[in-house]
Amino acid sequence: MEHFNESILNDEILANLKKDRIDHMTYLPGMEVLESDTMRKVLEAMETYDYHHYTESDIMRALEKEVLSTEDFGALLSPAAAPLLEQIAQKAQFETRKHFGNNIYMFTPIYISNYCANYCIYCGFNCHNTIKRAKLTEQEIEKEMKTISETGLQEILILTGESRAKSDVTYIGEACKIARKYFKVIGLEIYPLNADEYAYLHKCGADYVTVFQETYNSDKYETLHLGGQKRIFPYRINAQERALKGGMRGVGFAALLGLDDFRKDAFATGYHAYILQKKYPHAEIAFSCPRLRPIINNDKINAMDVHERELLQVVCAYRLFMPFSNITISTRECARVRDNMVNIAATKISAGVSTGIGEHVKDVESKGDEQFEISDGRSVEEVYNTLLKNNLQPVMSDSIYVS
Amino acid sequence: MKNEKLVLGGQEFTSRFILGSGKFSLELVKACIEKAGAEIITLALRRVNEGGLANILDYIPKNITLLPNTSGARNAEEAIRIARLSREVGYGNFVKLEVIRDSKYLLPDNYETIKATEVLSKEGFVVMPYMYPDLNVARALVDAGAACIMPLAAPIGSNKGLSAKEFIQILIDEIDLPIIVDAGIGRPSQACEAMEMGADAVMANTAIATAGDVAVMAEAFKKAIEAGRSAYLSGMGRVIHKGASASSPLTGFLQ
Repeated sequence: MEHFNESILNDEILANLKKDRIDHMTYLPGMEVLESDTMRKVLEAMETYDYHHYTESDIMRALEKEVLSTEDFGALLSPAAAPLLEQIAQKAQFETRKHFGNNIYMFTPIYISNYCANYCIYCGFNCHNTIKRAKLTEQEIEKEMKTISETGLQEILILTGESRAKSDVTYIGEACKIARKYFKVIGLEIYPLNADEYAYLHKCGADYVTVFQETYNSDKYETLHLGGQKRIFPYRINAQERALKGGMRGVGFAALLGLDDFRKDAFATGYHAYILQKKYPHAEIAFSCPRLRPIINNDKINAMDVHERELLQVVCAYRLFMPFSNITISTRECARVRDNMVNIAATKISAGVSTGIGEHVKDVESKGDEQFEISDGRSVEEVYNTLLKNNLQPVMSDSIYVS
Repeated sequence: MKNEKLVLGGQEFTSRFILGSGKFSLELVKACIEKAGAEIITLALRRVNEGGLANILDYIPKNITLLPNTSGARNAEEAIRIARLSREVGYGNFVKLEVIRDSKYLLPDNYETIKATEVLSKEGFVVMPYMYPDLNVARALVDAGAACIMPLAAPIGSNKGLSAKEFIQILIDEIDLPIIVDAGIGRPSQACEAMEMGADAVMANTAIATAGDVAVMAEAFKKAIEAGRSAYLSGMGRVIHKGASASSPLTGFLQ
């Protein structure tokens, strides 16, 4: 198969790949089936996207435009755009300043559980990976959140491994209620839910939902997600729309770069966000641009052909296509890359990050292993001061919870 | 014409430059206010972080009137809640009403804005509604109890200047409340032009925030706004359009 990232594989995975698996395009019982043409539109657009046919003049035309078409977006992601990366970055910075001034939003993730029922072969949390599992109690969540809030952060992103059994919606709802005591802005990065469940978590205090599609190539998706609910491709791709129907203020999109053809995946990610914003004009749109990272028991995993230049190209293409959207730059990247990304096109940066369980407070008993290795371990204070030094304005809160 | 003071909610202001605060370094807020000679500065409630890091209130001198805005509100109900919250925590009766349910262009929703104005003005707020310049809407806002009308000049952050000039002029001519041109003003000359047209004040942020020297640009805006105001008060000179002046009088035949 084309674009297969061999760094992910090991003998166990190769053996498992030969076994029978359930159909990844058929919904499982209990999964809400949304009447929506979103998936069809995204997949069709990705199918017809041919990044080889663009030339330098297509890129130049895109750079001169104020509002970019999907064709322009495709051009910016093409190999023909690579030699023009400097000009693209300049324009991206201009658009970022126009829409955000020099504001950069700060937040941190809190992993409350790493139990997972999925078998995603590239992920440290996958249920076949032997790692230390843990789930914070409500008291521990409170302890951790209190400690995090003392660093000055006002925005928190609550994460779980994808296990409905171990971390159910009620448990996540309680975490949101606790978070409301310490933070102004609450985001979620959890397994996809039905619209009514999103509505419940919104009622508990959450306003933002991010779901990584990982890859939009459903055939490739099938070979990477061998088991668990996450295997069901259409349920995942419609998650953002269900979240909006559930009353969430904003939704985040991402392809995990390095899993498949990154140009096609980035194109589909942007187009997915584009058509949902058209359909739900009030929706706040955010992108993440994660690259594949090493995990426990496989330190060789890498992002294949997505090097720093390609990453920047993707980030700038998102910025120019949807200039009003937030772009988050994760600790999967090192300090040098992150500091420069927020100077160009990213608007959101995490700090004081751990992707393990119970890592923010020493005397929290539940301790679980991390999802992936981070590359930027700087504290909130360090990131804050670096932003100031670079003439950027750290912003602790940019949303107000009103319902 | 006499230069009367700008009156909003019974309070008099000498400056006709309202400073937006959303897009620049907090360290520069104070210098900016001074150079702009501003007496009013906007305050996004969603950004306030009392007692915490990067709290904008720590940077605004006490003698400046805060103009809390309802940014983030997607409908009348949310705007009303944010305004009430703002008053509860002690930021006064002024509210710049922004109701936006379009994340792409950030255009104000006039219909929801009228609804929120009606409720908030009854509750004693000094409601300053941000709106898309439409005469019928402006009249409805007057009826709803607005303290002024804040039409956009162009899409926010676009720095495009008076794209909606004709329609703003209609508001200036027809509406008895102060007209404060908000959003889209990209350079001092455009602010000056708005004032020449008879606008009562101008609000700006992005144009200043994205300038090379923020404080110097704030001062440039101040001067432009003052110049435009003076021009307006002086009675603009006669503008001779091409071919508009006949050489022999058309009315000469009259006995």
